[in-house]
This record gives sequence, C-alpha cells and structure tokens, in this order.
Amino acid sequence: MITYLIRRVLLMIPTLLVISLLVFIIIELPPGDYIESYIAQLEAQGEQANPELLNFLRQQYGLDKPAYERYFGWVTGMVQGDFGFSFEYRMPVSEVIGDRLLLTILISIATIMFTWIIAFPIALYSATHQYSWGDYGLTLLGLLGLATPNFLLALIMLYFANVVFGTSIGGLMDPEFLDQPWSVDKAISVLEHLWVPVVVIGTAGTAGMIRRLRANLLDELGKHYVTAARAKGLPGYKVLIKYPLRVAINFMVGDIGHLLPSVISGAELVAIVLSLPTTGPILIAALQSQDMYLAGSFLMFLSMLTVVGVLISDIALTFLDPRIRLEQGADR
Amino acid sequence: MTDLLKINNLQIDFEIPRGVVHAVRDFSFSVRPGTIVALVGESGSGKSVTAQAIMGLLPAKARITGGEILFYEPNYWGEPIDLAKLKPESEQMRSIRGRYISMIFQDAMASFSQLHTIGDQVSEALFLHGNVSRKEGMEQTERMLDLVGFPNPADALGLYPFELSGGLRQRAMIAMALVCRPSLVIADESTTALDVSVQAQILKLIKDLRQELGLAVLLITHDLGVVANLADEVVVVHQGKVMESGTIEDIFGDSRHPYLKALFSAVPQFGMKDNQRLVPVTDIDFELGPLISDRQPWPEEANDDRPMLEVKNIYKSFRTRKGSFFGTGKQTVVEAVKDVSFTIKRGECFGLIGESGSGKSSVSKCIMRAYSPDSGMILFNDRGNIVDLAGLREKDLYPYRPKIQMVFQEPFSSLNPRMTVFDVIREPLVIHKVGDAASQREIVMELMRAVGLDPRFLNRYPHSFSGGQAQRIGIARALALKPDLIVFDEPVSALDVSIQAQVLNLMRDLQEELGLTYLFITHNLAVVDYVADNIAVMCQGRLVEMAPHSSLFKSPIHPYTRALMAAVPFADLHHPLDFEALMDGRMSDPAAWPGPFTVDPSNSQGSSLDFIEVDSEHFVLASSEFSGERVLRSVS
Repeated sequence: MITYLIRRVLLMIPTLLVISLLVFIIIELPPGDYIESYIAQLEAQGEQANPELLNFLRQQYGLDKPAYERYFGWVTGMVQGDFGFSFEYRMPVSEVIGDRLLLTILISIATIMFTWIIAFPIALYSATHQYSWGDYGLTLLGLLGLATPNFLLALIMLYFANVVFGTSIGGLMDPEFLDQPWSVDKAISVLEHLWVPVVVIGTAGTAGMIRRLRANLLDELGKHYVTAARAKGLPGYKVLIKYPLRVAINFMVGDIGHLLPSVISGAELVAIVLSLPTTGPILIAALQSQDMYLAGSFLMFLSMLTVVGVLISDIALTFLDPRIRLEQGADR
Repeated sequence: MTDLLKINNLQIDFEIPRGVVHAVRDFSFSVRPGTIVALVGESGSGKSVTAQAIMGLLPAKARITGGEILFYEPNYWGEPIDLAKLKPESEQMRSIRGRYISMIFQDAMASFSQLHTIGDQVSEALFLHGNVSRKEGMEQTERMLDLVGFPNPADALGLYPFELSGGLRQRAMIAMALVCRPSLVIADESTTALDVSVQAQILKLIKDLRQELGLAVLLITHDLGVVANLADEVVVVHQGKVMESGTIEDIFGDSRHPYLKALFSAVPQFGMKDNQRLVPVTDIDFELGPLISDRQPWPEEANDDRPMLEVKNIYKSFRTRKGSFFGTGKQTVVEAVKDVSFTIKRGECFGLIGESGSGKSSVSKCIMRAYSPDSGMILFNDRGNIVDLAGLREKDLYPYRPKIQMVFQEPFSSLNPRMTVFDVIREPLVIHKVGDAASQREIVMELMRAVGLDPRFLNRYPHSFSGGQAQRIGIARALALKPDLIVFDEPVSALDVSIQAQVLNLMRDLQEELGLTYLFITHNLAVVDYVADNIAVMCQGRLVEMAPHSSLFKSPIHPYTRALMAAVPFADLHHPLDFEALMDGRMSDPAAWPGPFTVDPSNSQGSSLDFIEVDSEHFVLASSEFSGERVLRSVS
C-alpha cells in the first residue's frame, strides 16, 4: 500500500510536467506577448508607449529570451514556490491568486458535496421506482438541469434575488469584508453567499450524476446477489442499503475524477456572471491580456487540483473495493 | 398434515405486453420433512417460477392467481400457513424466508456481492433471524463453513467471493442457505454450471448434509442424472403442468407418461450402439439441396489415408498482468496448451473433452487461427495439399478460412441481434464473394432447409427463435462455405435435453450426407460418446488420454479419465455415483496423479512423460517405464 502510494505520487510528477508543457504551449500560441498587447492597449487609448520602458520591461521579464528558456525558468521557479510575476497587476502571481484559489477550492468541494447530496436520494428513488411518474418527473427535472446553461441559471437567480428579495447575491461575501483579513464574521458571510454559486454550478453536474447513478443502481438491482439477499429474509430497504448502495458509493467516489474538471471549468463563466472572487474571472482576463505567468500558474493550480482529486478518489477506491485492493497477483 | 410443504393447484400468470402467459397451471405436489424432491423439467416448464413463488420472490410481472402453498413447520407455527396468501414483503413472509425456507442459487459468483466478505454474507441471515451475539454468530458461521467442507473455515470468513475457487464458492453459498438450519432448502439448478468433478462433490455434500441436518430439499433441475443420484421423489413438469410424480423408483423404473419416456430416450447414454439414435421429443425434418450437397470431389491422388487435420506439439501460453492498478503488477504466464498432438481422420468426428480451464477451447482457437500457437504445427489436408496453418500469415490464411468453420456454444451471443437471419447466414458468402445476390439468396434458402428451418423465417431476427433453432442457424452459417472441417465448441451445452438430441442428430446426419469432418469440443462425456469416433481427454493444457470412443469409456486408464468417468451422474438407479472415486477434488491436479502418471509441477514441459500406446489407437500420457499391458490387465 505504501509503495503504491509513493508510486502514485511519483507518477503525478510526469503528469504535471506534461500538463505544464501543454499549458505553456497554449499560452504561447497566440501571436505576440504581453508587451505587444500592452502597446495595443495604450495606442487604443491614444497614448504613446515609451520604447525604452518597453525594452526594459521585455528584458526584465525575460520576454526576449527564447521560449524554452522561459519555460524552464517558469517550471523551475514553480518548484521553488515562485510562480512568476503578473504583468497586469505588477505583483507576484502568488499574491494575486492567494485567497481566490482558496475560494475556488472551497466552491468546488461544496459543489461536489451538493451534487452528491441531491443526486443520491433522487437517483435512489428513480432506480427503485423505475418508470413510475416520480421517476419520469425527476428525470425531466434532471434533463432540464442538464440542458440549462449555468450562466443563464446564474442570471435568472440574480434577477429573482434582486426582484423578490431585494438583495444582491453576487460575490462571495458582503462588500465590507472585501480585502479584509479572515474573521468569523467574514467566514459566515462567505457561507451565506456560497450556496448560490454552488447551486448554480452544481445543477448540471447533479443532473448528469443522477442519470449515471440511476443506471448504475438499476444494473445492480437486477443482479442475483440482490435476490440472494432478499432470499435471506432481509427487508427491501436493508437490502438496498447494504448491497446496491454500497456499490454505488464506489461509483460516486470514482466519479470525482470526472466531476472535478467539469466543476472547475463550469465555474469560470458562472464566476464572471456572479462576480465571484474565485479564479475564473481573473484567469480569463489574464488570458486575454496575455499575462502569461498569471494565466499559466492558474492553469497549473487547477490541474494540480484535478490530479490530486483523482489521486484521492483512487486511494479511496482501494479502501472501498476489495477487488481493487486484493486482486493483484490473484491466481485464477 | 405431515407434509412440510404442500402445493395445491398453484397457478401463476405473467403479464406481458401482448397478454397473459400462464407459466404455472395447476401444480400440485408435496414435500415431506427430510426428503429430497426433484422438480424436473426443461426451460419454460415453470419449475423455477414455482420456486420463486414459494420464496415470495416472484418477479414484478408475475402473480399467483390461484391455489395455495401450504407450509407447515411445527416449530414456527402450530398450523399450516398459506405462503401464497402472504405479501412477499410482509414481516411474516420475511421471518420464514431465509429462516425456515432458503435457497441455493445457480451461479455462486453472481449470487455473492463482491464487496462483502464471505463471513459477512453467510452470517447475515443468522443475525437477522436469530437472537445471537456477534461472537456466537461468527462461531456458528465458522462451524457451518466447516460442515460444507471449507479447509480453513476461520480464514474463509474474511475472504471475498472472488478469492475462492468455483467449488468453494458453491459450498459457501450452500453454507449461506443453511446457516439458520432451515427445514426446507430449494436448490435451483445449483450444480448445472459446474464441472462434473465439482458437481459430484456438491451432490455428495447435499446428500451428506441432508442426513446430518434433517433437511428437506426441493431440487430443481433438468439433469436426470442428478435426479437419479439424489432424489427420493420426482415431479416431472412440462409447459406449466405436472406430468407425472412419484417415488424415484416408480419414475425411473416404470415411467408411464409419454413426455417422461421421451425425455429418457433423448438423453445420451454411455455405450449406445453405433447405429443407435437418440429420439428427440420432436424430430427435425431437413432437406439437402444441390447447392449444398454438390461438393467438388477430392482429386483422385488425394484419396489416400492421410488425415484431415494433424495437430503436432502445439503450445500456447498467455501473459496476464494482474493488479496493474498498483503499478507495474505481476506478470503471470498461463500455459493454456502444452504439447498437444492429435490427428483427425477424414470424415470422422473427433471429440475433445475436458473441464473448464483445461485448454480445449484454446486448442480449437489455435486451429481456427484465432490464436497463433507459440510453437508446433497444425497440418491441414487441403484436398491432397498439406498446409501448416500455424505458420501462415493472416493474408495467406484467407483461402483456407472457408474450409474450416466453427459453431459456438452460446447460440444467441454468436448471432448478431441486429442482423436478420438471412444476413447472418449470407455473411460468409458475401465475405468470400461467392456468387451474386440472387444465387446467394438461393443458397441461403437451401441452407435453412438443410437445418430444418422454414425459409420464410429468413426475415426474422435471431431473438425470435428458440435456443435450438438459433443453434441450427449457427450450423447453417457454418455450412455456407462448404467447409471440410467444422469445429463445434460446446454446441449443445446451453440446450435442453430434448433440443440437444435434435441438434446432435442433425449434426450426425449432416456429417454423413455431406462427408464432413468434425472436431467436437465438450465437457459432457455422454454426448461426446454419442457423436465422436475418437476422443481425446484434456486436463490442465495437456492431452492425457486418447482412444476410440468404445475403448475409452470401457477401459479408461489415466486416473483423470477414470475420475471424470466416476463423476458423471447417470440417469440410472442401478449405477449410482461412486463418491469414493472422486479423489477429493484433486483429480485435475497433475501433481496428484499417482505414478506413473504424475506430472512434476516444476517441470513444465512434462518431457519425462510420453504418449504411450497401450492398445490399438489407445494412447495415454505416462512415464516411459509404464507398461501398457500390465495396466490393461489390471483394469480388466
């Protein structure tokens, strides 16, 4: 088990390296660099850029060096905890991101929890009452959730919150806590605001989850071991809890790897609509202005989050599923 | 009432979209305490539905529409209870189910959850019904596992089902059914999926446990051999009706009902005369047309004694990587086929028998060149031209593909459900560009008639046929390209006995009419004795014995063949299973064979052993000091 853990963690290194390379290439793909888009921006405002300053900036940030040198510089820096410098904000990337990354992780985890809590009972009901009106109704609702774009749902909720309750639910905390150090009140305020993006982002994921979980449960319910358990005299709900649900938990844990990327990418647009202080808006702005270190580091953080999430789900699975744990080297 | 279970005029209906099916019509029979009653019938006879009704586990679409199921267990209730009246999920039904009536299912692997330990699942009913402490319950579970023959019951508690062998899994399931010491156990085809050797052990176990625990067993099966060896009373059912019932002596000694008589004459027996035919319940009329039977004659100079197929020293091993999830995993090499050689004469049916995992199917796939053997030769006689199929590349194999065809075990899964029967049978003709569309249609119609099916059915899809008909479609497809050799891989093991007789007879007739050569692979010894001229026995990748069918089963020499023979249950009361001859399940372990047959496990090549001719054309795998005459004398 220990060797397995070590091996899996070591395997993350080449994975992340490949991701970093891809991220770098994609960011480099658009023609020009930050300085050029900066000049364009200045010229659009009718100002003249100072060529000397621009050259200085180029040298300062190493933009005159070949791409591979910049790549190695970036990667080695990241390993040492230096994520580069944001051109746009004129401060180290880590300072720009800081809180936002934490909030992104918070929203992601809350969203996954929300997805599970909603999807699980609904899927259970749908599977045990297959082809009933309840099943059809919930299926319809789920499909609606699946088909509604997140940002649209976010807009609708913003509108109704404003019209009906007269409050703004944008952001992740009340305005007075912005840029304030963390406190109990601030945390409560965050929790008060958190549910809106969580519901919005979670809806689509929940709908998909219900469908997958329902199909999974239906498969399990038809299996012989369920009949065998009933033949022992177990009441229906106990059979359900002990056997098919147990199998479904494996499935849910295994699904984390699938859920995380969609939660994170789904969150970006919603974050803009709801003006959440997460990584989404800043990432998109950074990509637009070719603020490459900021964008790159963001993407790396998110990849890291996904890779770690998958690792956690894999490790959890080995604990949950004896077939994975024990079948190694089994002689059949 | 002294009957433990008494079923009176039971009726069960199934609601299907097109109406109502009467699955069980007017069933009546009873089970006395401590007896084994066999419910015998073919698929669709209503025997399993009856079992489900007793357990209160009928599918949602089925309803009991009449009759009663009286259950009388003095320890539970002072008077008989009508189980048919109880709601399946009611507390009373649940307190009976698993406690007083339990069930042993067919497929042990599927009947255990793979995520829960054996100890957990076996003990479950005990904690549910009995008021026992955790410790006491686990001890009882352990004793039960011991009783059903687990070598290390204490260790077995913590194991998962996939860690057990097939035989032990079946034993664990029996323990799971018996842990509450019920008064009635329903065994639903509980030995059907097992190899004969394991089946014999399980039969012995059921017999022993009946004595020890005073169980009554309702045995549901279609295997008359199993019935003859276990049952006290027999109830024969057919299409939802009870045909005949009585004690085993009455039924087997003097069966009166025509259906039962028909069933008996449809089962292949050992030592049938060469010209003796099985009598199916209904026979197939088939008709060969010129498009199939007009075959190009073999050239004059090829008409010699050279065999149709000669397999020489083939080896095949598979590499598997287990536990790749944990990283690199351990690579294991499984030697599926070890030094197998045999010859199939022109026009004969060559039988290859062995248990699951013996490598018999791997041999057939090597011959079909679905696999490539690691080494060895497969010499095919292409009308005088001897070709080594093992050495050919895919491209060069193409011209020989039509000459060897195959019929598979599972009739339905070997027919594409999205193709009509016409397309299924025509496909080989299209692939090998035989004729134009019109002539292909003619050939396909003729093929349908050749297997006794109405050409009007050509537009139907495979699912609208019965298993036997589907298998005949498979045979028609195999005949389409006028092959010289047909490989049958367990062609009848998925079929009911009466259908099995039909298909076997059809195969024999086609072989005779068309001059075909067959390779027939099966685990059923009586079937292979009926169809095959020469038989080879495989175990653990090796051929252990090979002989003409008459001498192999009359005087088997190799201990494995003998043990295999001893494990076959006969549908004959005068020929009961000899449970002592089972070698405690070690018969398929080459290292456990007595000298001079012992295979040294460390010597994987087995080179110290030779195929020794002990009688004319009777070969056996043994060490070189083995003297055939001596053994032959000791056998006779």
